[in-house]
Amino acid sequence: MNKKRHFKLDFWSIITLIIVIVFAIFLVYPLFSLFLSGFKDPGTQNFTLNNFLKFFQKKYYYRTLGHSFLVTTCTTLLAVAIGAPLAYLTTVYKVKCKGLIDILIIISMLSPPFIGAYSWIILGGRSGVITKFFASVFGIETPSIYGFGGILLVLTLKLYPYIYLYTTGALKKVDSSLSEAAESLGCNPIRKVTTVILPLITPTILAGSLLVFMNALADFGTPMLIGEGYTVMPVLIYNEFISEMGGQANFAAALAVILVIITGFMFLGQKYVVNKKSFTMSSLRPIQAKQLHGGKNLLLHIPIYFIVFLSIIPQAIVFYTSFKATNGAMFTDGFSLESYKSIFHNLGKPILNTYKFGFTAIIIIVLLAMFIAYITTRKKSPLTGMIDSMTMFPYIIPGSVLGITLLLAFNKKPLLLSGTAVIIIVAFVVRRLPYTLRSSAAILYQISPSMEEAAISLGDSPLKTFFKVTAIMMLPGVLSGAILSWITIINELSASVILYTGDTRTMSVSIYTEVIRASYGTAAALASILTLTTIASLLIFFKLSGKKEISL
Amino acid sequence: MSNSINIENVVKRYGAVTIIPDLSVQIKNGEFFTLLGPSGCGKTTLLRMIAGFNSIEGGQIKFDEKVINDISAHKRNIGMVFQNYAIFPHLTVRQNVEYGLKLRKMNKVQMKEKVDHMLEVVKIRDYQDRLPERLSGGQQQRVALARAIVIHPSVLLMDEPLSNLDAKLRIEMRSAIRDIQKQVGITTVYVTHDQEEALAISDRIAVMNEGIIQQIGTPESIYTRPNNVFVSTFIGHSNLFLAIVHKDNQGKFIEFKDGYKLYMDHLKDECVEGMEVLVSVRPEEFLAGNEGLKVKIKNRTFLGKHTNYELELNTSMIMEGQASIEYSQDLGQSNRIYEVGETIILKPNVLKINVFTQDGKKSLIKDVI
Repeated sequence: MNKKRHFKLDFWSIITLIIVIVFAIFLVYPLFSLFLSGFKDPGTQNFTLNNFLKFFQKKYYYRTLGHSFLVTTCTTLLAVAIGAPLAYLTTVYKVKCKGLIDILIIISMLSPPFIGAYSWIILGGRSGVITKFFASVFGIETPSIYGFGGILLVLTLKLYPYIYLYTTGALKKVDSSLSEAAESLGCNPIRKVTTVILPLITPTILAGSLLVFMNALADFGTPMLIGEGYTVMPVLIYNEFISEMGGQANFAAALAVILVIITGFMFLGQKYVVNKKSFTMSSLRPIQAKQLHGGKNLLLHIPIYFIVFLSIIPQAIVFYTSFKATNGAMFTDGFSLESYKSIFHNLGKPILNTYKFGFTAIIIIVLLAMFIAYITTRKKSPLTGMIDSMTMFPYIIPGSVLGITLLLAFNKKPLLLSGTAVIIIVAFVVRRLPYTLRSSAAILYQISPSMEEAAISLGDSPLKTFFKVTAIMMLPGVLSGAILSWITIINELSASVILYTGDTRTMSVSIYTEVIRASYGTAAALASILTLTTIASLLIFFKLSGKKEISL
Repeated sequence: MSNSINIENVVKRYGAVTIIPDLSVQIKNGEFFTLLGPSGCGKTTLLRMIAGFNSIEGGQIKFDEKVINDISAHKRNIGMVFQNYAIFPHLTVRQNVEYGLKLRKMNKVQMKEKVDHMLEVVKIRDYQDRLPERLSGGQQQRVALARAIVIHPSVLLMDEPLSNLDAKLRIEMRSAIRDIQKQVGITTVYVTHDQEEALAISDRIAVMNEGIIQQIGTPESIYTRPNNVFVSTFIGHSNLFLAIVHKDNQGKFIEFKDGYKLYMDHLKDECVEGMEVLVSVRPEEFLAGNEGLKVKIKNRTFLGKHTNYELELNTSMIMEGQASIEYSQDLGQSNRIYEVGETIILKPNVLKINVFTQDGKKSLIKDVI
């Protein structure tokens, strides 16, 4: 059995080959087209740097990059400032209804961000509830929710959960003996946090920060709705791309290239820092939560509940307004099911599409993830190494960029996919594969290869062994990633909003278009269905896995 | 610098469950004192009460004459070595050792000197700039020890520090710990469930069970003169026989259930005619000959220095519920190895064996409390 000399086309070689081809067609080729397109002159299609020059010469364009950076950096800092202390406090002290808090935080994280923007507009917008209240009762003009502040508010409330969940996970791995060791050496509680606990969780906070940064930088829905004049990169790309004056595609591609280069460097930089600073920890005796009493306990609970309340407001508002009676686009007094009737009448297709495309995508994702995880951990070779690094791409490609990328690549024969369901499913798979893939690979590292060897020694073929032994043992890990892939698929907006046509609209796209059309009632009803699907999926997952948390 | 620890009528409760009902012990200045007992006996709980990581529900703990009940852990000036070492993974070996000194705002020159010396003492100088994850278990243990000792704590507390090491390293480290402790001269409280380790390392041992100290004494006295059946069977192996005390004109003797008599002149006065007792004989306290207890060999294990035999006896002769009755034959002193199935006669060494009350709670040997 010398595989190097006698190349045999066994099952895994075929799988590897198929995956390479799939990646080449749907990832490498489109990205390549994007780069090419960015360097092409819109008119002559000759190679040129004009697209880039145009960006850096006109203030209107290059300031969006500044906007993006400012809002993203502030969001990240704020998310850390909220998420990390929240995680620390809920780990170290007993907090009432911790389980509910966790679920609410997860829900606020997994709902589409533009729902946040939409709800905060309803509350604090020009004719918002709060704005009107303060204006009529106190005669005070509340600060505008539009622009920088609004984006910051919505994104922070949506993204701090990443830091919270990451940090909570890291704190669970800190053995309480480390904290006791510091105390035994004479360390007071505050110093203990700064010299021991904080350094231990810093790599994790950094990893979480990167995720927040990437998400904030790539987010399209929020700044589009609430940003108004405060244009950021994804909005600019979208506007340039879909503007009717053809030929802007090349400029949009150039913008996308700039964005991808930035996210790429961020990603590599973070990897470098984390690799340098990380250390393995295992905890025999995790930190035990202490019960506080009296005033201290109150002081602990108030800010925690306040934060959770703020982050769940959008869902509550959406749910509430979905039952409000409407008159055309306007809300009127009283409640009704008008909005729901209306969407089932006019928008049944998007709902169906969401589930159809979502299910197709998640099945492909699960299969791909299991196969890729297997070949990259068990069949290490230069080829599988290449596949492994290619799976990192989706991390650095913002949704709107992916949308443009796919559209540019598949808009002519023989690969004419634009406008079809296929292109949307491809976008879903590419964007959301990493969640399932990472958890599948993680669990595979924990399964000893000797399990498979045992099955083979008993006479099973490698192929049968994979499906009968390995795959089954991988399932818990695959499932925990797939739930995240699934929920983020049904909430996906930034790629689908570029790829959709009338026939392939999904729920999130419809919510977005309804909000733009100011038909808030139907938008709210759709959003409620989406949120309920998200919650139901989470509950099913918790039930199936017996867990009470989700791993990022 | 170092001080004594006086534990007076200490109580530990978790809710309604009482772990330690009422415990007192004096640990002398500079002593190596071991808390030994099966898991769940409360030894770690007691250690953590001294450290300040567990609350004290009753009684008091004093360092010399100072009550420390309400002093929080970080102000007690203790050095603690944890079961899993608890080395800070983000700091190098040297930074780990420096950590406590930095908190004490020691000047740099003095600190360097102290740390250098300590790294030398525990023999980890060569690894001082490494991160802990690149150290072996034994090396990590040395770092933990250095970090705890370098701050000149009032007491050194060690919670099963060797339980995560392999057998060979455990023996090496336990003499290292012993040497370093004597060199530094610091009061040490050491927790372990390993009786051999306790015997090898301690000045004095407190054997604990169910939150109560069963016996305090030197390793020798605990092994040779246990003051109850728990101690006698927990430390080493003891065979327990049923017997009755009788008296004739030659003096007091114990009569085994098969009628074998053994005269003993060091029984307590409370041993009266007709008293039912338990006789505890260690495997090495038998001598094969033609006088004594008749036993059949059930199983044999050759262990080099000696051979261990599992014996079969009439069940009416022995206390029920014992895993095995054993005889350990010293090969340097014996003529031949016995075969399985063979019947031999073993004589208990009257000077070594121990006699307990029928309930096993009290020794009936004179001068054993």
